[in-house]
Amino acid sequence: MSDTKRSGGLPQTSEPRMTAPLLEIKNLKKYYPVLSGFMRKTTGWVKALDDVSISIRSGETVGVVGESGCGKTTFGKTLMMLQHPTSGELRFNFADGVHDLAKMNSKDLMPFRSRVQMIFQDPFSALNPSKKIFDSFDEPLRVHGHANAKERKDTIVRNLEMVNLNANYMYRYPHEFSGGQRQRICIARALCIGPEMVICDEPVSALDVSIQAQVLNLMKDLQRQLGLTYVFIAHDLSVVQYMSDRIMVMYLGKVVEMADSVSLYREPRHPYTEALLSAVPIPSIDVKKKRIILEGDVPSPINKPSGCAFRTRCRYAMEICATQEPRVAPIADDPAHLVACHLHGSALGGALGEGANPIADISGHPRAGSV
Amino acid sequence: MRGELNMERGKTILEVRNLKTHFRVGTEDISIVRGVSFSARQGETLAIVGESGCGKSVTVHSVMRLLPKNGRLAGGEALFFDGDTPRELHRLEPFGKEMRAIRGRKIGMIFQDPMASLNPVYRVGDQVAENLLQHFKLTKAEAKEKIIEMFASLGIPDPGRRILDYPHQFSGGMKQRVMIAIAMICNPDLLIADEPTTALDVTIQAQIMELMERLKREQRKAVILITHNMGLVAETADEVAVMYMGRIVERGRVERIFHNPSHPYTKALLRSVPVLGHGRAERLETIRGSTPSPAECVTGCEFANRCDFATTKCKTGTIPAYEVEGGHLARCVLFEGAKELPNE
Repeated sequence: MSDTKRSGGLPQTSEPRMTAPLLEIKNLKKYYPVLSGFMRKTTGWVKALDDVSISIRSGETVGVVGESGCGKTTFGKTLMMLQHPTSGELRFNFADGVHDLAKMNSKDLMPFRSRVQMIFQDPFSALNPSKKIFDSFDEPLRVHGHANAKERKDTIVRNLEMVNLNANYMYRYPHEFSGGQRQRICIARALCIGPEMVICDEPVSALDVSIQAQVLNLMKDLQRQLGLTYVFIAHDLSVVQYMSDRIMVMYLGKVVEMADSVSLYREPRHPYTEALLSAVPIPSIDVKKKRIILEGDVPSPINKPSGCAFRTRCRYAMEICATQEPRVAPIADDPAHLVACHLHGSALGGALGEGANPIADISGHPRAGSV
Repeated sequence: MRGELNMERGKTILEVRNLKTHFRVGTEDISIVRGVSFSARQGETLAIVGESGCGKSVTVHSVMRLLPKNGRLAGGEALFFDGDTPRELHRLEPFGKEMRAIRGRKIGMIFQDPMASLNPVYRVGDQVAENLLQHFKLTKAEAKEKIIEMFASLGIPDPGRRILDYPHQFSGGMKQRVMIAIAMICNPDLLIADEPTTALDVTIQAQIMELMERLKREQRKAVILITHNMGLVAETADEVAVMYMGRIVERGRVERIFHNPSHPYTKALLRSVPVLGHGRAERLETIRGSTPSPAECVTGCEFANRCDFATTKCKTGTIPAYEVEGGHLARCVLFEGAKELPNE
């Protein structure tokens, strides 16, 4: 993957990318049974992922946002096949052909494990405290068939140096490192077996702000150097917007909106996205912002509202929202901008749209003018 | 709105001067809070910002006299203005009668994690009642009525039924409302909120912050908000104190802190967070290194080893606070020559 494929700046959606999708996800579903009673009978289903489809191009970063319980972590785990999906397709387009991982059993999956790796939220629990860093790196390398001990060690040295850590650190234990260093170790470990795609589940939310920036910069650098594809899951919208080319907004297991990060931010089309963006506190006192306060909480995923799941908190809710579930569809003026809302499916479109941006002016911030 | 009320600022409720707190760890006596001064006024929010381990929580716990056994107040004053004579909190017995009459009654506190702060085996109504009955002679029926009223005003639906529920039946945001109910039920003059929304989603955070804004505006409460989120500070604070390694490195009105951040740490903090709506091309500014351990900081500026402007002067003595402009101070040698504020 060359540098030229990534613009490095604002994502240029108008310019079609020539790359074939690395991963095509079709109608991915993950349902968890709700068991109750003495016989543990299945009385219902938690639809943690309900009909999610997206194709992810090689070298791009797809951000996933939503409130807790919206299914974003399940999405990441299912991509990793840590959770087998209930149904749907996970078609990876690797150099040696297209593989639908969703159909595979654990044994068949083994060779593909090294191509998709994960970075977890909490670097304190992601590293085994009783193992030296060397052993934490060595094990996955051995499992994935790097037989030569000398080569394995060289790989470890190279990867530690890549994340700006001293190679001698491999003989230390996790407790000897600070949070930021540990997260860098976790990144190096995820990269040491040469994955093409990295799933980052809240990679910086356990870190302090001053450390967060170091890790985010590092992740961007590595992506450029190695041509990695990221799925970036986080609850902090500012971080996701900074990292992602495209953003997928989830609500109760469903995709409600998907667009490139700039147009999603400038013109959110789904009322939920609009409210979510307006709720993010902006570190500037000159921001003119109309805040939309959502009433109440996310409904229970076991007992979702009929029709559109968001209608109970939506300020534009109409009659049709209770009876008919909106389909994810492109909006009229931008085929790359997908939204699942009745406001855009019919003549009612345009209630959101121009002027919907909750943040009109950011000129007062120290980093203003950078857009 | 903020700022326009400047002409007539509310009276001071809490004044903290040169507060110092030490913790005994093993045989060492480690200085965690190293001389902190601030005041909280009626109808205003004072935000104390800093990263984890900077001593912001310990500062308010010291004021509330809720330090753990190995912690002690090593100096300074905490004056609580209640009526005509100031109450010297730092002299009171931590769990004596007087302090207990203030804590919970005159000063309410909300903690970070509502899941951990509520007792899972008691009904939420009883947990609110506990604080109320501790301080007021009320019958159970009167207390119940007050609590239902409080729940309703905090936007908890169906309060008559909800007071009988247990914490696990509440969502995170609703639990935090219960915590606010406990803190506010005795109608205190000062509300201390220690990272009240860190465990919550942004949409719920917006609800809780709106609620706290309303308390401040409509009931003229003094609020101390402890947070690491500069966004929340920009949206709710009137006065800001930035803490680093046990010291307030910069303090001033919110407009000043955001328009003219003066201490290198404040500047770096503001520039290192991605801001919604800003471009993706630029790199985030980073603060090199990591926060030192409190035991390591002996002399000079605590931030010197991570600061781009550090000089030899930064490494010795105690850096005094300088006045950047009226009411805006920074503890940094870059302002040498400006008026020194020895009492800060």
